[in-house]
Amino acid sequence: MKVHVDPELCQGHNRCYAIAPELFQVDDYGNATERGNGDVPVELEDKARLAVANCPEYAISIIESPESPESS
Amino acid sequence: MSNTPYSTPAPSNGPVTDWATDYDVLDPGYVRDPYPVWDELRTGCPVAHSDRWGGSFMPTRYADVFAVAHDVEHFSSRDVGVVGGGGEVEGMPEIGLPPIDSDPPVHGWARRLILPWFSHNRVESYEQMTRELCNDLIDEIIANGHGDAAQGYAQRIPVRVISWMLGVPAELSDTFTEWVRDTLEFGHDLERSVPAWNAIATFFFAALEERKVNPGTDLVSDLIRAEVDGAPVPDIHILGTLALALVAGVDTTWSGIGSAMWHLATHDADRQRLVDEPELIPTAIEELLRAYSPVTMARVAASDTEIAGCPVKEGDKVLLSFAAANRDPAAFERADEVLIDRAQNRHIAFGVGIHRCAGSNLARMELRVAVETWLHRIPDFRLADGAEVTWAGGQVRGPRSVPVSFTMATTSPRPTPVPAATPVPAVSAVSAVSAVSA
Repeated sequence: MKVHVDPELCQGHNRCYAIAPELFQVDDYGNATERGNGDVPVELEDKARLAVANCPEYAISIIESPESPESS
Repeated sequence: MSNTPYSTPAPSNGPVTDWATDYDVLDPGYVRDPYPVWDELRTGCPVAHSDRWGGSFMPTRYADVFAVAHDVEHFSSRDVGVVGGGGEVEGMPEIGLPPIDSDPPVHGWARRLILPWFSHNRVESYEQMTRELCNDLIDEIIANGHGDAAQGYAQRIPVRVISWMLGVPAELSDTFTEWVRDTLEFGHDLERSVPAWNAIATFFFAALEERKVNPGTDLVSDLIRAEVDGAPVPDIHILGTLALALVAGVDTTWSGIGSAMWHLATHDADRQRLVDEPELIPTAIEELLRAYSPVTMARVAASDTEIAGCPVKEGDKVLLSFAAANRDPAAFERADEVLIDRAQNRHIAFGVGIHRCAGSNLARMELRVAVETWLHRIPDFRLADGAEVTWAGGQVRGPRSVPVSFTMATTSPRPTPVPAATPVPAVSAVSAVSAVSA
């Protein structure tokens, strides 16, 4: 699983960072981005889904591709 | 302040008989309990209209509030006041409130100037000071054996934090509080609001002149040092932004804290659960923000358009009741219930789109610390017997008085203060903002 924050949609609510600081980072202007290349360790998958479900701007997406070696 | 709210109070037309065509946002019954009205409007007339208080439309569905807030092309923020027609009011100071009443492209750079002051990291540095402040107020309440969780607690927290950020003495907090109440809670009463806006403008004008001579590490000095595309920010812009920091950062958060305290004082099971599981407090705060969203903001139609099929003409005002949106059963399961462990909560209490509350990190921290500190020290409390809770509404909704009683035996002494509770001051470098990149 990977997470991605769409920078065009993010308005800096910082809900994702509050829920999963392991997966997201925020800058001084509130803009959130996924950490690293967005890879989500198995134990953080629930948190990733929660971050998606709490983003008021629908800015976060999850890419689930367990078959693909590149996304692991 | 020709573009700002709180102008032209319309005479009341007497009691409301039809909320779809004649709602009154200041009706005392509505202010106390607006939920049945919104429920009825969402199913019967999802975009209501009223001629009262300057005239406005009011969508009550989450999807419609969301859509208008994002449509900055058709809906301008030039007048965000819930009450008033936006006309010229004699005697108002000629300042705006950027970026809250700015549209693109000014909005972008005006917002970037202040966002770093409210970043997650910066707000963390205010936490210890906020906790000490909450403990000071609780010391007083415990010493008295009773207290008012709104007047004696909620109302006294955010104003002191913002005073620190502005670099002004905490002793001015009570004066600030009066000014803010007069501009927002009594915005419809020009006898109170016009002098208060003038007092705020005069105060910050003097502060601006003083900091030019004696710069510090506060927000005022930072804005003086800031540059936009290599040029200093005009004084009139700084003045408006400072007025906004005060007016938008005080009543809103104290109303949020007050509603949270009122809920806990009247819902024993929720109070006890947060005492037992303090790690749940951040989740509960989001739910209390959803259920009791304090803020309504307005927009002005920039051209003839429509909201969910309802025609709106250029110049018409639209009220964005984030509270109504957050109670929409189409967007939230069991929307009318307060579930303090609600995990999926896409609420828009801080607005949505480009005008998302710039101070939302600060407000959330203050709410969490206020609730944590109170529950730690006064875990067993409830609304006092026979207490009368009063609510303010309109632009900002929240309880003005929440008298509480508590079991003295269960109170805790003040925790040993952590040394050097000095917040990290201000910015180290000059803010430089580009109007192009914003």
